[in-house]
Amino acid sequence: MGDFALLSFMIFAPALGALLLLWVRKITASNATSVEEESRVAFLVGLVVSAATFVLSIIALAYFQPGAEGFQLVEDHSWFGGTLNEAGEVVGGIRYKMGVDGMSILLVLLTTFLTPLCFLASWGSVKHRVTEYVAAFLFLETLMLGVFCSLDLMLFYVFFEAGLIPMFIIIGIWGGAERVYASFKFFLYTLLGSLFMLLAVIAMYLQAGTSDIVELQTVIPQIFAVEDGKFGVQHLLWLAFFASFAVKLPMWPVHTWLPDAHVQAPTAGSVILAGVLLKMGGYGFLRFSLPMFPEASVYFQPMVFAMSVIAIVYASLVAFRQTDMKKLIAYSSVAHMGFVTLGIFSFTEIGIQGAIFQMISHGVISGALFLIVGVIYDRMHTREIKFYGGLVTKMPVYAAIFMLFTMANVGLPGTSGFVGEILTMAGSFQASTWAATGAALGVIFSAVYMLTLYRQTVFGVMTNEKLEGIKDINRTEAIVFAPLIIATIVLGVFPAIIFDITELSVAPIMAAVSGLIG
Amino acid sequence: MNWDEIFAAATPELYLAFAGLIAVVLGAVLRERFATVSIKAGALILLGACALSLFNIEGGVAFNGLWETDRFTNLAKAVCYFCAGVALLIAEPYLVKERLIRYEYALLVIFASLGMGITLSANDLMTLYLGIETLSLSSYVLAAFNRDSQRSSEAGLKYFVLGALASGLILYGSSLVYGFSGSTNYDAIAQAEFGIGLVFGLVLLITGLAFKVSAAPLHVWTPDVYEGAPTPVVAFFASAPKLASMVVFATILFEAFGNAIDQWQDVILIISGASMLIGAFGALRQTNLKRLFAYSSIGNMGYALIALAAGEDIGGPALLVYMVIYALSQLGIFGVLLSMRRRGGMVEDISELSGLSSTMPWLAVCMTALVFSVAGIPPLGGFFGKLVVFQAGVEAGLWPIVIIGVIASVVSLGYYLRIIMIMWGGDKLAPFENMSGTVGITVSAATILAFPVFTVVIGWMMSLAGGSFSLG
Repeated sequence: MGDFALLSFMIFAPALGALLLLWVRKITASNATSVEEESRVAFLVGLVVSAATFVLSIIALAYFQPGAEGFQLVEDHSWFGGTLNEAGEVVGGIRYKMGVDGMSILLVLLTTFLTPLCFLASWGSVKHRVTEYVAAFLFLETLMLGVFCSLDLMLFYVFFEAGLIPMFIIIGIWGGAERVYASFKFFLYTLLGSLFMLLAVIAMYLQAGTSDIVELQTVIPQIFAVEDGKFGVQHLLWLAFFASFAVKLPMWPVHTWLPDAHVQAPTAGSVILAGVLLKMGGYGFLRFSLPMFPEASVYFQPMVFAMSVIAIVYASLVAFRQTDMKKLIAYSSVAHMGFVTLGIFSFTEIGIQGAIFQMISHGVISGALFLIVGVIYDRMHTREIKFYGGLVTKMPVYAAIFMLFTMANVGLPGTSGFVGEILTMAGSFQASTWAATGAALGVIFSAVYMLTLYRQTVFGVMTNEKLEGIKDINRTEAIVFAPLIIATIVLGVFPAIIFDITELSVAPIMAAVSGLIG
Repeated sequence: MNWDEIFAAATPELYLAFAGLIAVVLGAVLRERFATVSIKAGALILLGACALSLFNIEGGVAFNGLWETDRFTNLAKAVCYFCAGVALLIAEPYLVKERLIRYEYALLVIFASLGMGITLSANDLMTLYLGIETLSLSSYVLAAFNRDSQRSSEAGLKYFVLGALASGLILYGSSLVYGFSGSTNYDAIAQAEFGIGLVFGLVLLITGLAFKVSAAPLHVWTPDVYEGAPTPVVAFFASAPKLASMVVFATILFEAFGNAIDQWQDVILIISGASMLIGAFGALRQTNLKRLFAYSSIGNMGYALIALAAGEDIGGPALLVYMVIYALSQLGIFGVLLSMRRRGGMVEDISELSGLSSTMPWLAVCMTALVFSVAGIPPLGGFFGKLVVFQAGVEAGLWPIVIIGVIASVVSLGYYLRIIMIMWGGDKLAPFENMSGTVGITVSAATILAFPVFTVVIGWMMSLAGGSFSLG
């Protein structure tokens, strides 16, 4: 590979594409092209750019060696701060450092996989200001990839928080009726959480003299060592990081921004939000909280378990009572993210592996479910569950796809949802029987609300006259769902393809915490 | 007199004073004919002064220790002169359209800048007062420059009455300091034994200077003056004098009272916290953009004061970097405000920005970037300004104020986001009247500085500012 900056190229390719798109629009605007023409060009550019990014991420995967330890494809340049050594090189300080391990390359793939599907899914449904829409998604893709590839804490923070801007604009412009409220809530909630993390980042940087994640993972547990299990600075730092990741994930009780944001966001916005943005929280726990603050992580394990179990049970019950399909799936996301935190904080290899798997799997399944809602929303412009019923008679293919993802969300064996849930529960069972029992209760509840949703919308007699003319999914939609279906089933049947990649990146996390639990 | 010394230390100010006086003569002789040329000439003069400050950046001591310049002050001066020059350039279209084009405008800006240069070079309370008064008197007249407008005259009068009070406080404080330390020279004051008399003097000085930087609780004039004064004047006020006053504030506390940091740190922390909170909450209900940015500037001064409270070694470079980023982005923001012209007049209400992203996409993109920058959201320049300030605060162990800063940041996002949402989500209005080239270039340049320039060169800026401290 040499010195070619593959990761940087992959990360910034979408942003460059967005700039190209804005430039193209400037040219075409003078030719007074029609709105249809403009949106066609915009989606085409978006699709090509994001597909190219996907190809780049596949190339990165090809160069990635699952058998090698540590980070790969590393790029390292000085950014600011730090001191000069004798050779005239800047050491320490805040750096532009990129690299991937097994966990992050999978999340990168998830991102590059979902973004082109978002453009395909929005092709017919987003009709105004398409150029800006596509550009916002491409910028967002750059920032999401940056989050997963950053090997510098400050760089990570910059990408992490910058991602709020495009998402804010996506919800705020192309969202539903209450979009302004939802976008403000999304922005302010997440910002408050992450600013506390910023303070912790500054404190860690000042103490360690570097913000290199790899170095921090070894240095920070020593600098902020916990004496005799007493509450100390490490615990405060853990809480500051927790504030940010818990909001992002989101965990109960700071999940309330999520249903609003999901309901108001356009379909593709929901897909990215549930599919990728939520995963940043889980990624943060695994990359920072556990390796850098192992004692504090163990100390707070009961709290996280309690919050996770409440999230699973409570969100499932709330989901059951929803009348809006998107809100239901949003609460289902909260519940499923509870499994992720449960798995992570079980401090067992199987639990952490399961949590990573669950993140990938949930990214695919929840994305698909939001797309499923989007299909009928585009036709009927309502998401009220009561409005629908008996869709199977008019939309058999749609009903079949919906069935598959309903089952996947419930956790039916053979789908990817099953693997993630069973592993996280197995992991948490070793740590706490009670937590695992609560989570198992959540699995039952998820079957209840998902099957109820399915029965009410797809089965039964079609009573609503407005539904008479509804059409089954068209070719574009079929193309969107095909890769999602394949991914769900392949991951469900051959989960080892994930575990082979993540195995070696879980090992250092385990090494950090395993000595601390009895 | 040792002319070598004087030229080494004070060339930019001498040049500015002479050029200003020549411009006065030209104006008196040529009158209206000089009016249109005066703006460009004035901008050229100021940019020349900027170049001179950078040319001899090491500075020196002159006038028997009344005057001292070093890298830190010269850097600050260069940015001040630059901002003043740009603020003058973007004023021209406004002045022409509002029929306010008079040669006095450029002169007042030049003399105000001279005042900034003097305060920044001061190493003595007398020089300081001289500079502050030169700056303030020019500013009062500038605020009332549109003398046929009631609002402008009111703004000028308010600014004058309150500003004179603040100047009086500074003078009284200076006399107390002189009485108890036996000298007005910063270095001599730093040597003096610190007693209760000096505390009184110090507090009065801080009060006066807090007024000049519009920090709470002496901020009340700011929204009124911002709202009433002509917009280009506000563009000037918001950038260069803010930077100069804040750096002077730092210089006097660091150099004359550096040993007494435990005496003034708490005071600065309190006004810093109050400024951040008032800036954040006060702006939430504003609909006039100039008032809104007045509160925003109060809040931003609060952040700068965190760096001030952190002390010279830790906070000094952070303060300079923060203020430079702030001043330059203010020029961009007020450039946008200056291009808000509709139906033959200026509009200032936030609702007038509605749908700007459809009618004038580039202006909307610039404004979005600048507003996010001032709000301190990465990856824009303003974030790095806040980052270095917070870093200074954490390094000095000032946790409570940093946490207040974080909370104020989130609250202030409430109104910054409102501006952005109106631009991107609001109904389309007619586009603004054609904006002039200089304003457009300034806005674009400020945006490019905010991102990506500052983001990339932040390390260079920090080492420049940091290096100026270790040498000075």
